[in-house]
Amino acid sequence: MKIHEYQGKEVLAQHGVPVPRGIVITDAEAARAAAEELGGRVVVKAQIHAGGRGKGGGVKLADNPDEAVKLANEILGMTLITKQTGPEGKLVRTVLIEEALPIDRELYLGVVLDRTEGFPVMMASKFGGMEIEEVAAENPDAILKAHFDPDVGLHPYLSRKLAFGLGLEGDAFKSGTKFMHALAKAYGETDASLLEINPLVTTTDGRVVALDAKMNVDDSALYRHKDIAEMRDIHEEEPLEVEASKFDLNYIKLDGNIGCMVNGAGLAMGTMDIIKHYGGEPANFLDVGGDASQERVAAAFRILLSDSSVKGVLVNIFGGIVRCDMVANGVIAAAKEVELSIPLVVRLEGTNVEAGRKALAESGLDLIVGEGMADAAEKVVAAVGGAS
Amino acid sequence: MSIWVNSETKVVVQGLTGKEGRFHSEKCREYGTKIVAGVTPGKAGQDVDGVPVFNTVEDAVAETGANASLIFVPPPFAADAILEAADAGIEVEVCISEGIPARDMVRVQRILQGLPTRLIGGNCPGIITPGECKLGIMPGHISIPGPIGVVSRSGTLTYEAIGQLTALELGQSTCVGIGGDALPGTNFIDCLEAFEEDNVTEGIVMIGEIGGSAEEDAADFISQFVSKPVAAFIAGQTAPPGRRMGHAGAIISGGKGTAADKIAALEAAGIAVAATPAEIGTTMKKALESRSMV
Repeated sequence: MKIHEYQGKEVLAQHGVPVPRGIVITDAEAARAAAEELGGRVVVKAQIHAGGRGKGGGVKLADNPDEAVKLANEILGMTLITKQTGPEGKLVRTVLIEEALPIDRELYLGVVLDRTEGFPVMMASKFGGMEIEEVAAENPDAILKAHFDPDVGLHPYLSRKLAFGLGLEGDAFKSGTKFMHALAKAYGETDASLLEINPLVTTTDGRVVALDAKMNVDDSALYRHKDIAEMRDIHEEEPLEVEASKFDLNYIKLDGNIGCMVNGAGLAMGTMDIIKHYGGEPANFLDVGGDASQERVAAAFRILLSDSSVKGVLVNIFGGIVRCDMVANGVIAAAKEVELSIPLVVRLEGTNVEAGRKALAESGLDLIVGEGMADAAEKVVAAVGGAS
Repeated sequence: MSIWVNSETKVVVQGLTGKEGRFHSEKCREYGTKIVAGVTPGKAGQDVDGVPVFNTVEDAVAETGANASLIFVPPPFAADAILEAADAGIEVEVCISEGIPARDMVRVQRILQGLPTRLIGGNCPGIITPGECKLGIMPGHISIPGPIGVVSRSGTLTYEAIGQLTALELGQSTCVGIGGDALPGTNFIDCLEAFEEDNVTEGIVMIGEIGGSAEEDAADFISQFVSKPVAAFIAGQTAPPGRRMGHAGAIISGGKGTAADKIAALEAAGIAVAATPAEIGTTMKKALESRSMV
């Protein structure tokens, strides 16, 4: 789960990570009092779940409280377009007003799970403000790495290695290593899946502070972090995906016109791929779950059909433990329940497949039966008007 | 021969008294798997369809000689169940539970290092040696015994591949679903190594998906250490970056873990990659044929 910068900083501060003083506002007039409290000179930062906010015009420096109000007025309610939001952009509903710091250097510090090593890795680079992927592509040696066991924390020799590598000296060295220990601890204690401090800044008075904070938390661990779970902002999510999550359906909206309903995540991805292979464009990823019950299939149909770009639907179910005749009856009942009026291609395979196909044929529904995955994909692509 | 499970495997089911545990244990028994015990803390002395239940895995092993475990414990308690079985000397564990926090798996992997226990999963369909032992939730009847080893990060896509192989009369030595999580207990390389050593296995089907670099690592391993023909498929060629495609581990992040990169790595290692999921079986068949012609 993604959370906003201001929420991430709040969580990090609770775990001893130094962050700038800041005040969250949703009404531009409140920027005045906030700026006055923070010393007059402040940064006004749009809060959306996407990077690249500065370049998109969502982060601005105000010299005084009047300017803070003016900038907050501009940013609140704007549709911010960054390279991560897509061309439609995202509406800014919240703004963070933050003290302006006397910045000396801008660095990068991040923590992610290294799946190959089986441990989190802290990554540091001197190129603050640059995306780490860019640094990795252009100058991989510029990224310093230290793996750690979250049950143990970062060993002091590792934080020293990173701090020396970043060229930190004096007070900044001490603050920097301390920052790293706090960040490693926060990563473990919050079940974060990503912590990115970009930039991490040193100040002219020797402090090390998280100027920005990107925090993602492991969805599987949210049950033990109720406070973080409550930070979910559904405004930042696709409405259909929010609706699907209520039915425990794994749904991701895409840009095509062929709706897909599949049991199992791997087969669902494979089905999208084969649609594309035959010249079509999948409208979504949807894993209806192993049992593909009538209730879930009906919910899935409703969600697929509320996407107006969907011109045809492909149902691809491999009945394993669940029998194909049961799945077929579920699909038939659900299709009747939602009064399906666009082409429907159904491909069933697995246990009791003959009975399943028979049920489909006798259903009275105007559906197309796919014999095998390739045939089904070709048929649905043809049904929506052929390859694009 | 086969890898890791066979007709001698004796299984304790952790979470046998739950709905899922009971249902799938019954299916495994119907297949012929020797389910000898169940474990649910506080329910010792009960039985489920004639299978005795114990409080601890240690007790179950002492009383029944179980050497494998099948885990249906809810995800918040799954890591503990895995460690309990390992501590009791279980050789092969299959963890079906989906949604185990990644941090718990970091701990599990660290503790299992150096122990003889093989963990498969979590979030996996399990392992089957056709005709001998089904340890998991996959349908048994689609498999037939034979020379193909199957390893996959997916569930239903694996069944799809098995179904295609069986239709081509290419039976399977063992099929392993390693699961869709970011930190699986068993990875591709573990399976490839075992299939390479297994004298029944003549060819290997490997089904990967977006996210992480396990397929790239496997490609590297195959080019160095695997002499048997390998056919692969990578799911998620059309998946958008930054989105988690159902499986916790199926996500392209920071431009890494794309299907295109994985396919390129596999092809560079001389592995036949199926263009669509409908061609996994035929790709394996062709790879076997081209090898036997050499």
